[in-house]
Amino acid sequence: MIYVQLFWSFIQIGLFSFGGGYAAMPLIQGQVVTAHGWLSMAEFTDLITISQMTPGPIAVNSATFVGLKIAGVSGAIVATLGCILPSCIIVTILAKLYLKYRKLDMLQGILHSLRPAVVAMIASSGVLILISAFWGNKQATLLETKWVMVGIFMFALLLLRKTKINPISVMIMAGFLKVITSLI
Amino acid sequence: MKDRKNILWKLFISTLYLSAFTFGGGYVIVTLMKKKFVDVYHWIEEDEMLDLVAIAQSSPGAIAVNGAIVVGYKLAGIPGAIVAILGTILPPFIILSMVSMFYNAFRSNWFISQMLEGMQAGVGAVIASVTVDMGIPIVKEKDVMSLIIMTAAFAASCIFGVNVIYIVLVCGAIGAIRTFLYKRSVTK
Repeated sequence: MIYVQLFWSFIQIGLFSFGGGYAAMPLIQGQVVTAHGWLSMAEFTDLITISQMTPGPIAVNSATFVGLKIAGVSGAIVATLGCILPSCIIVTILAKLYLKYRKLDMLQGILHSLRPAVVAMIASSGVLILISAFWGNKQATLLETKWVMVGIFMFALLLLRKTKINPISVMIMAGFLKVITSLI
Repeated sequence: MKDRKNILWKLFISTLYLSAFTFGGGYVIVTLMKKKFVDVYHWIEEDEMLDLVAIAQSSPGAIAVNGAIVVGYKLAGIPGAIVAILGTILPPFIILSMVSMFYNAFRSNWFISQMLEGMQAGVGAVIASVTVDMGIPIVKEKDVMSLIIMTAAFAASCIFGVNVIYIVLVCGAIGAIRTFLYKRSVTK
């Protein structure tokens, strides 16, 4: 039963993530955190962090990580198959249609309207990650705010916007900053 | 026959290598695939590769996986697609399995947990920065409909907690209707 759930969840992730990169993130969060509670918000954030630092698409990384945690190696395989199955079918059909008609304008029209929605959903996922980072499981009030985390976030964002340091280095720096401030 | 086996083997090794050593997501890996299959092996024409990349980027799912499917399929049919998919997903599968064991064993370690907590703020900053990069072109486009979609989708997902699948379906339908109306107005 758990295999069916994993498979179906990751099929939905594979089927509805348009635009690559972070586009899958809100869907993974919706399935894995909100709908099934397989990961906590903090674990989900760790997973995104790990995905950033290792090669491979976020969806495939998540399928392996979540599948292993919930149902061992066979769970990981089932989840991974689920997340690539929609691609296999849709890409093959599109490739065939394309080779026949040489036109993709309907699809590109749909994508044009999806792009702003994808940006918005990524932003929304980002907000949840920040809430989890700044307040953990506690109520989001001024009193409970972890100001060190807010400071690290501002510093990291400044580095990303104003310098050319790559995101992986910025994240590692953010990690070390937390270690150092905890030691003091 | 030997040639075909040779192509499948080379396809597997190339996708495996690209997948294992490419950081930075689908767009980067598709560019590297183009270099490998167009410029180095000369298996695919430049123009055709651009179209294949467009299909990979327009389809749902991970762009790296989609790219592997189109290239593999083009070169050797279904077996080619399967081989290319395997090459692409094996490295992240193995790496994440190892990381996963490490994660469970070390999450309670003080240093690791502090490190990961700090990195939560870091990854939040990365996502914020990516959102800005992706949002600016949309705002600059000054298309009212895009701005409405962006605002409404954000409110729906962040404030009202609407399932993202519905947001994708509704916005996709809006795009389909707009394209249809636009086409009709052009042909008239």
